[in-house]
Amino acid sequence: MTPVRALLTREIRLAVRAGGGAGLGLAFFLIVVLLAPLGIGPDQTLLAQVAPGLLWVAALLACLLSLDRLFQADHEDGTLDILALSPLPLEGVVAIKALAHWLTTGLPLVIAAPVLALTLNLPDAAQPMLILGLLLGTPALSAIGAVGAAITVGLRRGGLLLSLLVLPLYVPTLIFGAQIASRAADGLAAGASLPFLAGTSLLALAAGPFVAAAALRVNLR
Amino acid sequence: MDLIVNHLSCERGGRRILADVALRLAPGQGMALRGPNGVGKSTLIRALCGLIPSGGQATLGEFELGSDGWLDNIAYTGHRDAIKAALSVVENLQFWADLYGGNADAALERFDLSAIADRPAGLCSAGQKRRLGLARLALGNRRLWLLDEPTVSLDAQHTALFAGVLAQHLGQGGLAIIATHIDLGLDLHPHVLAPATASPSTESDPFLAGEFY
Repeated sequence: MTPVRALLTREIRLAVRAGGGAGLGLAFFLIVVLLAPLGIGPDQTLLAQVAPGLLWVAALLACLLSLDRLFQADHEDGTLDILALSPLPLEGVVAIKALAHWLTTGLPLVIAAPVLALTLNLPDAAQPMLILGLLLGTPALSAIGAVGAAITVGLRRGGLLLSLLVLPLYVPTLIFGAQIASRAADGLAAGASLPFLAGTSLLALAAGPFVAAAALRVNLR
Repeated sequence: MDLIVNHLSCERGGRRILADVALRLAPGQGMALRGPNGVGKSTLIRALCGLIPSGGQATLGEFELGSDGWLDNIAYTGHRDAIKAALSVVENLQFWADLYGGNADAALERFDLSAIADRPAGLCSAGQKRRLGLARLALGNRRLWLLDEPTVSLDAQHTALFAGVLAQHLGQGGLAIIATHIDLGLDLHPHVLAPATASPSTESDPFLAGEFY
């Protein structure tokens, strides 16, 4: 197996085994979205109106939930030292770990979102744009989150600091992503939000691994 | 491939841990790092890995410390074994074999781990985990082994087994620097680290130098 595939397989295997927390984000997403109608009430037009924003906020927080273990577990057991000395560049290690995080956290959210959107009475016309928006936006959540996770890797209970660091950076993704779905619900074209969302994701994917690797190097000293 | 270290110095948190360390190792030579707790044995080993920034010169053959060639020629084991409890013994080592090259089954055999290859690593004893951590050394064909207290929690029989592996590595022209408090029964050159008394002439930490505004 090539190093890249070996690391990716290992990350996914660790995530789905006991204590890995792969289902955590998805379970949180389900709970928030299914509880929302109970809290807001059975007003169908109101639910349809808040559905895009609610789905996006829930997806964002679900992603955040599993981020603090992204590098911390490897740091605690010394794996990060050995990974840093391996033939794979640390930037590549970060990129693969972020990809594995997306595959085990972001992708399940994208798959579950259309079903949950039905329970919130999101118009059918908005479904494709919701899925497209989540597909484009969730990789950015993992990539930006990797930077926050790398900065807070040495801290125990660093989850609070991680949230404070990362959530402001999630704002553009949230605004453009929710905008795409709610415009489609109103029967409008996505407009500028779609390229902006894609641009935010590309920037995060391009810069994230380098920033996170630099932060990890400092934390390994 | 000789290891030559000159004037190596290292600071952590504004405090000089290592000052003016000089080492020289020829192929086939091992060095036992000795010194009281906190004198900088682990720091020296991590500095030679390139994990901690250091001053001075260190070369391994034609490779400078920190270059890719240097990284391709060192193997490091630290206090922690880099083992995932959720993976089995063989899965743990196979991952490192995929990353570093080498044959995981042969390495397991070498460290007397074949019998427990399918056991979840979380259920292994401390000594078995340590052997699994050390088995990584037998994977790639790395010239310089940097070992930080490798025999902790090993029993007498497996300490001897590890000494045998180390002797074979040295016999094949490898080099090793071992921070250890015990006698492995090998002909290792002792190197006693003395506490660095001289404080840094120039403060490298901008906060401590008063340049934080």
